[in-house]
Amino acid sequence: MARLELQGLSKSFGATPVLHGIDLVLADGEMVVIVGASGCGKSTLLRLVAGLEVPSTGRVLLDGADITHADPSRRDIAMVFQNYALYPHMSVFGNMAYGLKLRGLPKAEIARRVDEAAATLGLGALLGRKPRQLSGGQRQRVAMGRAIVREPKLFLFDEPLSNLDAKLRVQVRADIRKLQRRLGVTSLYVTHDQIEAMTLADRLVVMHQGRAAQIAAPVEVFERPVNTYVASFIGDPAMNFCPARLTSGGMAAALDAGGRVDFTDGRRDAPDGARLLIGIRPQHAVLAGEGIDLVVDLIEPLGSETLIHGHLTDGTAFAVRVAGSPGAVPDGAHLRVALPGEQVHVFDAASGDRLDPVG
Amino acid sequence: MRRGPDYLAHAVLTLGGAIFVLPIWIAFAAATQQAGAINRGDVSLLPRLSGLRTFVDVLGFGPAASGGTPIGHMLLVSFAMATAIALGKIAISALSAFAIVFFRFPGRKIAFWMILITLMLPVEVRIIPTYAVMSDFHLINSFTGLTMPLIASATATLLFRQVFLAIPDEMVEAAKLDGAGPMRFFIDMVLPVSAANLAALFVILFVYGWNQYLWPLLAVTNGHLVPIVLGIARMITTDQLTAWNLVMAATIWAILPPVAVVLLMQRWFVRGLTEADK
Repeated sequence: MARLELQGLSKSFGATPVLHGIDLVLADGEMVVIVGASGCGKSTLLRLVAGLEVPSTGRVLLDGADITHADPSRRDIAMVFQNYALYPHMSVFGNMAYGLKLRGLPKAEIARRVDEAAATLGLGALLGRKPRQLSGGQRQRVAMGRAIVREPKLFLFDEPLSNLDAKLRVQVRADIRKLQRRLGVTSLYVTHDQIEAMTLADRLVVMHQGRAAQIAAPVEVFERPVNTYVASFIGDPAMNFCPARLTSGGMAAALDAGGRVDFTDGRRDAPDGARLLIGIRPQHAVLAGEGIDLVVDLIEPLGSETLIHGHLTDGTAFAVRVAGSPGAVPDGAHLRVALPGEQVHVFDAASGDRLDPVG
Repeated sequence: MRRGPDYLAHAVLTLGGAIFVLPIWIAFAAATQQAGAINRGDVSLLPRLSGLRTFVDVLGFGPAASGGTPIGHMLLVSFAMATAIALGKIAISALSAFAIVFFRFPGRKIAFWMILITLMLPVEVRIIPTYAVMSDFHLINSFTGLTMPLIASATATLLFRQVFLAIPDEMVEAAKLDGAGPMRFFIDMVLPVSAANLAALFVILFVYGWNQYLWPLLAVTNGHLVPIVLGIARMITTDQLTAWNLVMAATIWAILPPVAVVLLMQRWFVRGLTEADK
């Protein structure tokens, strides 16, 4: 039972601000994933919670207790590191038992906990091995085991899958999720991989330049990104953005590339002529008999679907994802693409913020 | 592709080996001859079997120049001195490198540079002030006085610094989360991980300590603290009375402990090196 609360957490290294006041509450048993490009401050945030860095301002509360300045070992948290940080000279058992030994747990209790964790993770046969005798996936599981045996209030994951190959990553990702659900331990997970973020998270924190750009459930982030950064970061292939102008009393947008998108969800509260960015995901754009002109630059067949990269008449890059194969389309061909009004995202061109319908 | 044995390479290696072994063999053979024969320059390369007893006798022989202290005792002094110097140097070097690498404290850079500068001040350079200091502390003619000035140097600190810098930050942090304090981390993580380097360094420093001559020459006048290297030197007199067979036998004895340490520790640090995985 643990509830983590971050209040106005900020961090500067010298004169360089890295985090600008993060507020975040993790409910008991919740898994929150922090996702962002490298250098956005996500790892720093995790290290502040772990106690490996001291925040410049703000507080960290775990179950209401202020642990902002507590020693890392007294926080009742466990962390899984990117390169696992196993102790090379200790056996798998030694690696998992070390923290417990330092806490002065009785030998029998240590053995019980390690055996239990090893059984959970399928490490039973490997307890006597040294880390260098293990594969990448096994090392990862030992790192997990080391976190589990501590029976902490909070798990911290610092990109734990980034050193695994693609196939293993998918499997371990699912394992981590299942394990976290079963143990019900509140978890904070940092990654730069949006698929990892989408699949693992109860809630997602999209970080951008030291700020939490959006904190919401993955589906919410995907369907209603709060600004163009979040919209372009989440979703693969990335969202298309078409420069446009508000028209018809806020009920539609006139695209710079020609054509018009009628909003189906209501009026945007801005003067006609306001500059907009109309966002649409490649899978939502429709190749049709009518629509705006798209010049094909490159076709990427992916088997079950095909990605068409091209540009609009005003030079805006634009991608469309279609099911199956569109047949032979030569580079430089002209296609017609329609932007269904119910699928578009409307952003203010200057600030990049999402414009929601009013009323 | 398989080739036949490389005869030229083997010939060169054999010749090189012979060049290194020859002086030792001459010393061994000479030890079994009669002192007079050696003084006449009449050394046979074949050992005289009846002279092998010299190797046993010499251990109990106490040259007058060293106050009658037996050679066997000198070997023990040398062994104690070399071990103390090797362990002492490793201890202070490892601790100072630990401080410099893992802690951020004011004056860290200065401390590092000061340690570095001592590299330019080996015992030979600072011998007079060192003697004065030891003399003021009344440590002349004591085991402490014999070893301490040789322990204080930076050679190993630099090496340990490089080794410790290779320990990943995450390992330090993982240990912190596991609740390891600085000294616990040093003992449980840093030392075991550097075991191979410790072994290699022990060998080098043991030989260094064993070979010390100049400092013991000054710091020791009491016969009970004469190390073997000094003792042998004192056995050699300018007149015709030098008992060369005993000198040679003592020399062979003096070679053995460093060789033994190298051979024994070699297995250790080769194993350490192949297991190195940080």
